Amino acid sequence: MIVVRNIYKEFNRVPVLKDISVSFEQGKTNLIIGQSGSGKTVLLKAIIGLHDVDSGEILYGDIVFNRLNFKEKKEIRKDIGMLFQGSALFDSATVEENVIYPLDMFTNMNREEKIERANFCLKRVNILNANHLFPSELSGGMKKRVGIARAIALNPKYLFCDEPNSGLDPKTAILIDNLIKEITEEYQTTTIVNTHDMNSVMEIGSKVVFIHEGEKCWEGTNNDVLQSDNKILNDFVFANNLAQQVRNMK
Amino acid sequence: MNMLYHVGKYFILMAKVFARPEKGNIYYRQTVREIMNLGINSVGIVVIISTFMGAVITLQTAYNTENPLYPSYLIGLGCRDSIILEFSSTMVALILAGKVGSNIASELGTMRVTEQIDALEMMGINSASYLILPKIIAAVVFNPLLTLISIVVGISGGWLAGTVTGVVSSQDFIYGIQYAFIPYYVTYTLIKTVFFAFIITSVSSYHGYYVEGGSLEVGRSSTRAVVYSSIVILLFNVILTQLLLS
Repeated sequence: MIVVRNIYKEFNRVPVLKDISVSFEQGKTNLIIGQSGSGKTVLLKAIIGLHDVDSGEILYGDIVFNRLNFKEKKEIRKDIGMLFQGSALFDSATVEENVIYPLDMFTNMNREEKIERANFCLKRVNILNANHLFPSELSGGMKKRVGIARAIALNPKYLFCDEPNSGLDPKTAILIDNLIKEITEEYQTTTIVNTHDMNSVMEIGSKVVFIHEGEKCWEGTNNDVLQSDNKILNDFVFANNLAQQVRNMK
Repeated sequence: MNMLYHVGKYFILMAKVFARPEKGNIYYRQTVREIMNLGINSVGIVVIISTFMGAVITLQTAYNTENPLYPSYLIGLGCRDSIILEFSSTMVALILAGKVGSNIASELGTMRVTEQIDALEMMGINSASYLILPKIIAAVVFNPLLTLISIVVGISGGWLAGTVTGVVSSQDFIYGIQYAFIPYYVTYTLIKTVFFAFIITSVSSYHGYYVEGGSLEVGRSSTRAVVYSSIVILLFNVILTQLLLS
């Protein structure tokens, strides 16, 4: 479980996260939603320690993560898997080498064991016979799946996904969403997904946190989203005609 | 103030770069890869430029010392000293600042904007050290070899141009390159090369590592890397020359 308590962050004296408190539960896909520029990515990067917060606490279990030094954070990071928005695969490395990277850094496995683990992870995300391809030779959906394979290589307790289906066609986006949900349930990870895709919210959002202009504006489940009377949330959720029609039908 | 900010930020980055490496064997592999990328892949351009520069230096020296009072072996001596003292260290460094510096800045800049550096940090890797230290080591180790290659090839180019065009005889040229030879000049040029190698890799890395934005910014950082590396090289050329030859 990850708990965020009263975190505040500003860039160049402009507040980006304003006193956000929220908890993310284990074995659930926790979604952070909001408009572009609302502070979702900053919140996610603050939770994983890529941005330092100005005040507040980020707890992984009982450990206050943002007060740890680099070496202590590294211990926690062994348990973190991250899927970046653009997959962030290393261009100069093959698919297999990309998945092996965290194993190189955190384990003392021998070469055969690492390859075996990489193959297992790649098979889990349905990437077959692509071990020796480079990222530039992969489609967007394949890159995301390799990104997930790399994220789960170390059997993480915490899985973070930043806009996992941005730039993907609807069918592939659903595949990626379902894969994240399956992995969350299978490994009982605490999963946090940043998205502005309402399909993802409805498909996999066990818990949904809505961020607006740096503030937590609403939280609930995917079923609550459609019935909420929060005006700002409704403006976001029912921004397109299709969503409005669904609401009218209900 | 802005310059002081960047100088301070540069030294903070260097402190991160020279932090104790976490896994030595991975750094070793990276360093070998960088020697290939930054060093061996630069041999071709160094050979081509050195050959032609050696030839031009010989011909220009010959045409400017046509006075019969000047012995023709001075052409070889002039070629040798020009190449050893300035060309093979400073000029080659400026050329490498263009080739290697832009390569480093664009590579790191692209890694930054595509979040590959964030991915490394997420794996608990000191990304500055992991990405930049092997480049610095590769250049500091390999660039002196490039300088020595440049000296040999440059003087050979001068000899070839001089003898083919007939401005100097082979015997006079070879006598000239041996005449009043001061071995310390080679040491001096190698010391300069080590400094310049560090400047090229560290300044270019600084500009690439802190890119913010998109592809346009990566391009700009690449240009800045070349410009600032060149300026710092020229500045240190003056300082080192004064310190080492005075």
